[in-house]
Amino acid sequence: MASRRVLLLLTGWSSAVLAAGVNLPPPVTGVAQDIYDLHMLLLYITGGIFVLVFGVMFWAILRHRKSAGHQAKHFHENTTVEIIWTLIPLLILVAMAWPATRLILQQKSSAGAELTIKVTGYQWKWHYDYLDDGVAFMSHLATPQSAIHQVADRGEHYLLEVDQPLVVPTGTKVRLLLTANDVIHAWWVPQLGVKQDAIPGFVRDVWFKVDRPGTYRGQCAELCGKDHGFMPIVVEARAPADYQAWLAARQKTAAANLEDPNKVWPLAELMARGEKVYTQNCVACHQANGKGIPGAFPALDGSAMATKDKPGHIDIVLNGSKKNAAMAAWGKQLSDTDIAAVITYERNAWGNHTGDVVQPKDIKAARGGKA
Amino acid sequence: MTAIDTALQPAHDTAHGHHAKPSGITRWLFATNHKDIGSLYLWFAFSMFIFGGVLALCIRAELFRPGLQFWQPELFNQFTTLHGLIMVFGAIMPAFTGLANWMLPLMIGAPDMAFARMNNWSFWLLPPAALLLLISFAVPGGAAAAGWTLYAPLSTQMGMGMDLTIFAIHIMGVSSIMGSINIIVTILNLRAPGMTMMRMPMFAWASLITAYLIIAVMPVLAGVVTMVLTDRHFGTHFFNAAGGGDPVLYQHIFWFFGHPEVYIMALPAFGIVSHIIPTFSRKPLFGYTSMVYATSSIAILSFMVWAHHMFTTGMPATAQLFFMYATMLIAVPTGVKVFNWIGTMWQGSMSFETPMLFAIGFICLFTVGGLSGVTLSIAAIDIQLQDTYYVVAHFHYVLVAGALFSLFAAVYYWFPKMTGRMYSEFWGKFHFWWSLLWFNVTFFPMHFLGLAGMPRRIPDYNMQFTDFNTMASVGAFCFGLGQLIFFANMLHSLRHGRPAAAKPWEGADTLEWQIATPAPYHSFVEAPDLEVGENGRIDAMHGGKHH
Ligand code: HEM
Ligand SMILES: [Cu+2]
Repeated sequence: MASRRVLLLLTGWSSAVLAAGVNLPPPVTGVAQDIYDLHMLLLYITGGIFVLVFGVMFWAILRHRKSAGHQAKHFHENTTVEIIWTLIPLLILVAMAWPATRLILQQKSSAGAELTIKVTGYQWKWHYDYLDDGVAFMSHLATPQSAIHQVADRGEHYLLEVDQPLVVPTGTKVRLLLTANDVIHAWWVPQLGVKQDAIPGFVRDVWFKVDRPGTYRGQCAELCGKDHGFMPIVVEARAPADYQAWLAARQKTAAANLEDPNKVWPLAELMARGEKVYTQNCVACHQANGKGIPGAFPALDGSAMATKDKPGHIDIVLNGSKKNAAMAAWGKQLSDTDIAAVITYERNAWGNHTGDVVQPKDIKAARGGKA
Repeated sequence: MTAIDTALQPAHDTAHGHHAKPSGITRWLFATNHKDIGSLYLWFAFSMFIFGGVLALCIRAELFRPGLQFWQPELFNQFTTLHGLIMVFGAIMPAFTGLANWMLPLMIGAPDMAFARMNNWSFWLLPPAALLLLISFAVPGGAAAAGWTLYAPLSTQMGMGMDLTIFAIHIMGVSSIMGSINIIVTILNLRAPGMTMMRMPMFAWASLITAYLIIAVMPVLAGVVTMVLTDRHFGTHFFNAAGGGDPVLYQHIFWFFGHPEVYIMALPAFGIVSHIIPTFSRKPLFGYTSMVYATSSIAILSFMVWAHHMFTTGMPATAQLFFMYATMLIAVPTGVKVFNWIGTMWQGSMSFETPMLFAIGFICLFTVGGLSGVTLSIAAIDIQLQDTYYVVAHFHYVLVAGALFSLFAAVYYWFPKMTGRMYSEFWGKFHFWWSLLWFNVTFFPMHFLGLAGMPRRIPDYNMQFTDFNTMASVGAFCFGLGQLIFFANMLHSLRHGRPAAAKPWEGADTLEWQIATPAPYHSFVEAPDLEVGENGRIDAMHGGKHH
């Protein structure tokens, strides 16, 4: 495979090379296309400079060598030459700066957006909130742990797939408002020509307008801790009618899923739901077998907190750890039902058999106590 | 002046017996001799280079193919972080300081460095700092894992490994500031008569400007990591948005240090190459004056471009434009330097001993790094490339091919003067071609990875990135192997190399080649009285001036 790419590189640039993944992926927005073109322009200019300058140098290396009997001339100054080779690069730079300036101004103008979505980075997932449409969801890595740890079942979109993609309409100027909850993340989808840091305490905006329906993939681009490499971004652009249908369906399930905080759940249902919440949020540190990573992340299987200290257990899941910031305050991200479910799960999974059932109203009460 | 006079005393005291040099362990522990200290620095830097290199190979082993094979992601992040920190602060910077210690007094005709006792301190601060970094792998939570940039608020989340790292940075900062004071005072006060500033060797100029940069920015780094420390332990909220702080402030302060730091690792390399190219071209350096001005303007500009590391933080368009123009401007003086080196080679009478090969390799590869730097400086394009492997490729072309290759060039070039023996030319050349080949195999494909969409600092990746990662990993291991050849050559030549002449290079014309080989334990006890030309040329050798 590698040799094929080397061959491609040697035999032809343009589309074959593009397909081999040696250049920016095919752009699908106007801005991404402009970036692509500007990059190619720079590649040609800098490539030309390189060939020219080193052509001269290698000419000298071939001709002006001692072994070829060349005698050294002793000039070491020439003001005219020095002025020329200061001015020409300066002019080339001006020529580059001109189109770059225009593109920057275009990238930065998010005015007139037709759809605004708030994006929040969490360790290690993205939250999307369609501000005007009452739809919001988390987007997690969908690649199973087994694919990461064993050679088995790695699909084409290994590590670049999520459970719930961001869905947007084509032909629409979409504005993203970005922020983060814990550390700095960066939202990057190369084909859209968008990369923007998501910074706690700040709201930043970017925009894009996709013309072709399709699925476009990217990743978090700012070191954000342990699972920085496992924080993909998937954007699905759909024709406006499809998008509207999707939106309506999401709104309906959102309404149906509105949970009654006073509902009393049976243990089995809490366990099933808790396992799902655990797999999405907790597994990365505490591991699927609840054993954690010794020295870094505590075990839950058999731990005093998960088998005895119930109020402490609820407190640490709701409010995070004071000793170790890696344990986030999940109260800000998960619903009462989810937290109740995951705590119930943790107290009854693996070797833990406390029989404890934690209900959403317990969590609601615990939150009240904190406020 | 009196301080300097007394500092010089030790050199004068022992001047009565040139053989009266301390021996055994005390020679090194209490070393005040600039050559001994220079050697200590160089050995320390080399061992850190090996340590940092092993960490790089740990990274490359994991990235050999997709999936997690060897390390947990957390440990992987510790490797990247410590690799970066150790290469920058442990290997490259001390190596340049070591060279400056060794060569500056010889080049400018001084008896020793100005503050011999402080010189000892500035070296001996380094091993404890390195030790702190080393043991941080063993503390609960492991070493710092926030990348060498230690961005807040991630760095406020880490375990005590981060505190150890912060202390290590403090110590290394103090060390490099002391080293810089010494370099500045030595150059300004101890030059031989007749060596005006505009006749100083380029390496002295480069070291002088670098020393000023270090003094200007190391306190900034110390300050910002101290702010992280107080955020971590004393309830301040400099970078904590929830407490009214500003996480982006961290980046502004860090890069105000960080960008000049890049030049701290590049300017001495420029100085070295400005000696080697003329020597092996048998022709004076072309455009000495513009070299001095170009070096100074690069240093000054380096303070005005820090935010080009932050194009994706969401600054306003006007700020992006300002930092983009300023960054592009640096290409001009850098270009002038490259053209001057080629102007020096033009119409020369070139020969290609190992130092020359490394110097030419430096020019070619550094220029590749510079040209990709121009691409990165265009804010509109940088949006796609920031924090990807393209950046990793770019800065390794500048740091490995720039700083490291020039250091190799320097060690080969001055090895005869330092040791009195010649290295093996065959193995030197082998080392060069081997390193050149595998360096490119390692780092060139990273441009493609970055363009195609692979972020940096990730332990695992999509299958489309496999081929180039495998290639890079193979390249890295071979590159690493090559450095053992260098080590073996140096060790062997140290004892068994052919005895070297005082001036082993026909075209060498700076002052250090005028004294005996190996350089005697005490350098110019009496200031030499010679006619000095540009770039420190001792024109008498050529039988008259060339102006
Ligand atoms: C010669 C062999 C070397 C190899 C194979 C190597 C390899 C690597 C790799 C794979 C990374 C991680 C990139 C990422 O995931 O972002 C890295 C990062 C880095 N390297 Fe090297 N490197 C080498 C030498 C050097 C040298 C000589 C320096 C000199 C200063 C250096 C400075 C850095 C820095 C500053 C980083 C960034 C660390 C971070 O992301 O925090 N490297 N290197
Ligand atoms: Cu992230």
